[in-house]
Amino acid sequence: MLTVVIFLPLVVAGGLAVVPGLGDRVVVGVWIAASAADLLLTAVMWLGYGGGIGYEARARWIPSLGAGYHVGVDGLSLPLIAMTALLFLVCAVYSSGRTERVRQYAALFLALQTVCTGLFAALDLLLFFVFFDLSIVGMYFVIVGWGHGDRARSALRFFLYTFLGSLALLLGFIGLYLGGGARTFDMVDLTRDPPFADAQGVSGLVLLAVGVGLAIKTPTVPFHTWLPPAHTDAPAAGSAVLAGVMLKMGAYGLARIAMPMLPGAWQRHAWAVVVVGVVSVLYGALVALAQENVKRLVAYTSINHMGYVVLALGAAGLTAGDVQARRLAVSGAVTQMVSHGLITGALFLITGVLWDRARSYDLGRFGGIAAVAPVLTGLTAVAAFASLGLPGLSGFIAEFQILAGVVGVGLPGSVIAGVLSVCGILITAALLLRMLHRVFLGGPGELTPRVLDVRPRELAAIAPLLALSAAVGVAPRWLLDLVEPAAAAIVSLVSR
Amino acid sequence: MSALAWLLPGLPGVTGVLLVLAGGLRRGGTGHGAGLGRDGHGGTRPAGTGHVRTGQGAGREETGHVRTGHGAGHGRSGRGGGAGGLAGRAAPVGAVAVAAATLVLAVLAAFTRPASSVPLFAGLRAGVEVDGLSAVLVVTVSAVALAVLVFSAGDTRELSAENTRGPSTGGTRELPAGGTGEAGRARCRFFGLMLLFTAAMLVTVTAVDLALLLMGWEVMGAMSYALIGFLWRDDARVRSAGIAFVTTRAGDAGLYVAAGCALAGTGSLELAGLAAGARPWHDLVAAGIVVAALGKSAQLPLSFWLSHAMAGPSPVSALLHSATMVAAGAYLLLRAQPLLAVTGWAAQAAAWAGALTALLLGAVALAQRDLKQLLAASTCAQLGFMVLAAGTGALAGGTAHLVAHAAVKSLLFLGAGAWLAALGTKDLRELRGAARRHRLVGVTFGVGALALGGVPPLSLWVTKESILSVVAERSPALYLLSLVAALLAAAYSAKAVTAVWRPRDPWTRDDSERRGTGRVGRLEGLPLPVLALAAATLGVVGLPPVFEAWRRLLGAGGEPGPGGDGLLATGITAIAVTVAVPLAVRRRAPEAPPLLRDWLGLERVAVALVWRPVMALARSLARFDDRVLDGVVRSVPRAGTAAARLARGRAEAGVDGLVRDVGTVTARLAGLARRPQTGQVHTYFAQAAVGLLLLAVVVALAR
Repeated sequence: MLTVVIFLPLVVAGGLAVVPGLGDRVVVGVWIAASAADLLLTAVMWLGYGGGIGYEARARWIPSLGAGYHVGVDGLSLPLIAMTALLFLVCAVYSSGRTERVRQYAALFLALQTVCTGLFAALDLLLFFVFFDLSIVGMYFVIVGWGHGDRARSALRFFLYTFLGSLALLLGFIGLYLGGGARTFDMVDLTRDPPFADAQGVSGLVLLAVGVGLAIKTPTVPFHTWLPPAHTDAPAAGSAVLAGVMLKMGAYGLARIAMPMLPGAWQRHAWAVVVVGVVSVLYGALVALAQENVKRLVAYTSINHMGYVVLALGAAGLTAGDVQARRLAVSGAVTQMVSHGLITGALFLITGVLWDRARSYDLGRFGGIAAVAPVLTGLTAVAAFASLGLPGLSGFIAEFQILAGVVGVGLPGSVIAGVLSVCGILITAALLLRMLHRVFLGGPGELTPRVLDVRPRELAAIAPLLALSAAVGVAPRWLLDLVEPAAAAIVSLVSR
Repeated sequence: MSALAWLLPGLPGVTGVLLVLAGGLRRGGTGHGAGLGRDGHGGTRPAGTGHVRTGQGAGREETGHVRTGHGAGHGRSGRGGGAGGLAGRAAPVGAVAVAAATLVLAVLAAFTRPASSVPLFAGLRAGVEVDGLSAVLVVTVSAVALAVLVFSAGDTRELSAENTRGPSTGGTRELPAGGTGEAGRARCRFFGLMLLFTAAMLVTVTAVDLALLLMGWEVMGAMSYALIGFLWRDDARVRSAGIAFVTTRAGDAGLYVAAGCALAGTGSLELAGLAAGARPWHDLVAAGIVVAALGKSAQLPLSFWLSHAMAGPSPVSALLHSATMVAAGAYLLLRAQPLLAVTGWAAQAAAWAGALTALLLGAVALAQRDLKQLLAASTCAQLGFMVLAAGTGALAGGTAHLVAHAAVKSLLFLGAGAWLAALGTKDLRELRGAARRHRLVGVTFGVGALALGGVPPLSLWVTKESILSVVAERSPALYLLSLVAALLAAAYSAKAVTAVWRPRDPWTRDDSERRGTGRVGRLEGLPLPVLALAAATLGVVGLPPVFEAWRRLLGAGGEPGPGGDGLLATGITAIAVTVAVPLAVRRRAPEAPPLLRDWLGLERVAVALVWRPVMALARSLARFDDRVLDGVVRSVPRAGTAAARLARGRAEAGVDGLVRDVGTVTARLAGLARRPQTGQVHTYFAQAAVGLLLLAVVVALAR
């Protein structure tokens, strides 16, 4: 079943590519139907999931290397797969008004959906790596084909930078392969018997390679500079997928690969990870505060929000601290990955509406949009408050767990890290309210008359994301019941 | 009975969400708009935030749902202005009905004391419980909210018509100003936000753990942002709202840290267990809580945001300054009083912060020329007494003061709001004679102001003394400070009451701020006598048998209650000051120092010390990000390109040459190589020595 969920979009994409003479409307209809079917299947999987590794499937692939097709879901990957399915569906709905090479666009997005879902489901390092690289290739074509501005340059920069990261990652994976006694790329086996149990120096180097590769993708400071231009020049749906789904691949890889397979090295370098997390939180928030471009501003808040995830994962390796608090932090990190996907997805689609109307992201040229587009303003206000962590929306559930967990670990350093990161939520509040004020409230700006309110398809794309964010914020148990056992498992794996 | 505990905040919360949604319906009446209406429900739901959570599983909300859903439903089927118009007319009625139902629930909860909890995070439950302190608070909050909403239902101008007017600064008006439709939607939004605001406060005062308390606490802050910036076309008001939100959130950060430290210290987030944690954890928890409370209650040094909170409509001020928002800080300190007492220093810190605020902001209040600004500063000062009470352990006295002050301050703000709506001004000089023109407002405002000044036998005279009697036992210095603060309270109250009751004079002017309606509506007048009655009589709590029961209700320790000598002294002083001030003012009011008029310059200090440096840091980091960090990244491909160009320009063009050169060079090298071959032994020997020396150097360097 999982294999169907992964490859259904790709099959449909193949169909769209080869069947001749399809009209744009048919293509869009098929695209939305395929994504909706995938989401439905994911929901069924969620309901039927019973714990441990669910829906496991294996097939021979490259037996000589010890690599196979091995997929499965657990409490860490299932929420992300569900979020991926939802985000791709709303992107399909959002993009349904496109007229420019619709068939290729739809096929590309469907293929990208397979790649993203496959990455989260992969239980084999080589399979993970293949999906990791294909996601970069797919996004490159999205930006270069349907972006705007200096898109070729941004796309190339995005490709080269993240591809470089993936090479570091490959180096790390080869290290893991060579270090393991069983000479295998299988994640389950490598997690059971972590490689380099007695080679501290080498395991540190392997962690560095894996860590740098994933840090570029996450992205953490200082490996983030590919992100703002890529976002600014990508189409709105591309940005939503890039920020919502693809940024999670880095953090997911840390929790899925680096922590369980290199527990000793992770513990030894946990403080470094914590520092990188805190710096990302503060640096991302501060740089976002100074932005004059709405889309760049949202892009930098992503660095801030992913910083909380890195911080929490780092704190999970502080084995001297309280174990309940570390579980809380990791549970918050996973919640944050889902929550950030929903909220940032909504924010990027909103910036897409602005671009669609006024061909500008310039904060200073808007103002008082509430008068001409009240629904858009309402959606933005909710998304902004969700992003700044208002209770009742998913961001709070995530960030409260992370902050309380990190402080609750109970070491002096973790308290300091927590206090510094709390400053991050304050700066985020200031910068999002500033954005809200300058773009949507107050007196009218130069471009304001051009902003029409949201169209039905735009509303149908943005509203479900925010509704789900509220559902997590108001009654989080349905998500946390899934996430918490996985978080506890990660903490016990990394504490070995 | 556990459902009641969730229903209490759930009813106003869910209704509030629905009203806000109804207010979000857009004006379009075409098919396009109809689709929006349908989806709009899902879309803007998250604005509801923390309250739906508290309402989960509660059945009775359906009443509110149906009632308000009615207006919304019609709004959707209607077209254009009709949509907002009908919902706008239904909103006040629905909101008042829900507020009344909430008050009934609150009274019910006060008697039945419901409690309930649900799992929130692994091993951490979120719970609500109505105990003695919460019982007092929920009734106070619901009652004040009802009074304010009744007033708002009558105040049609400020909420709706005003909102559709362009920004007061003028500017372009090309945006559609909207007619009744937009006004109706604005009213929906207003009443929805007010109900949500109330619901958030109800969650805050009934939560038994830090996580749920923080949820109510932060949602309340967000609602205050939306309400202060309600007239969103005006940049200054939106800016004020932002300042209020960010400043209070700076305090809220303390609660996040406190929650983490509570987890580290006690493994739980329960408020009741906070004092049990070991050092240093309970110290850190106490520090976080004190910071959060000082921010929320606008105590020094964070008082300035309350001056900005005046940018909201008057009913917002009436609610925000009395039973919600600022009261939450005082409540939290009263709730955490055992923890403060255990740490010792935190109780001291709270007591001093409270006393100093009562003193300095009292002086600020006296220096104001604007009625609402005077009242705002007096709120800080009066909350200072409550914070002082929490710091000195005067739990019963502090709570009594909170309740009585809620009645007094909501009354005063509603009075000021009524005049602002009717006469178009809130300048104290221009308001001269206002009380004589609108007698009902004038009399009730007078009662409230005299109560605020501590004039016997009105309520605050007694409740303040019930705090001071405890302070007197603890610290002479604090007692002295608070006596002076009480004196200032009498003075600023007298200044306000004198201003409105003096006969008209050449200074009197109408409509200087906006065009007044000239009249005070019936609904606006309705809550004033009730609140005035409460403001006048709540002092009965000071009678020894009543105070004894009050103390038991709150589970407070052995507080002496208001003492006879103290009452006599402060009462006589208050009367003396109240009589003296009008006489002094009649002669010529001294010009107040600018520092006091400017709220001690606190905002400028905060801007200079925090905001500007943060912005400067942000800008320089952004430049660093663009130039240095990104520059390094850009330089990598640039270096690559440069290398390639080098290869093409010099090497490639010269590849042929290179190949050609190889021959010549080889030939030359051969010539060179031939030269040492002299056949003479001493040259060979010299060459070997140089070679060995070189080798030795290489070996030495390589080691």
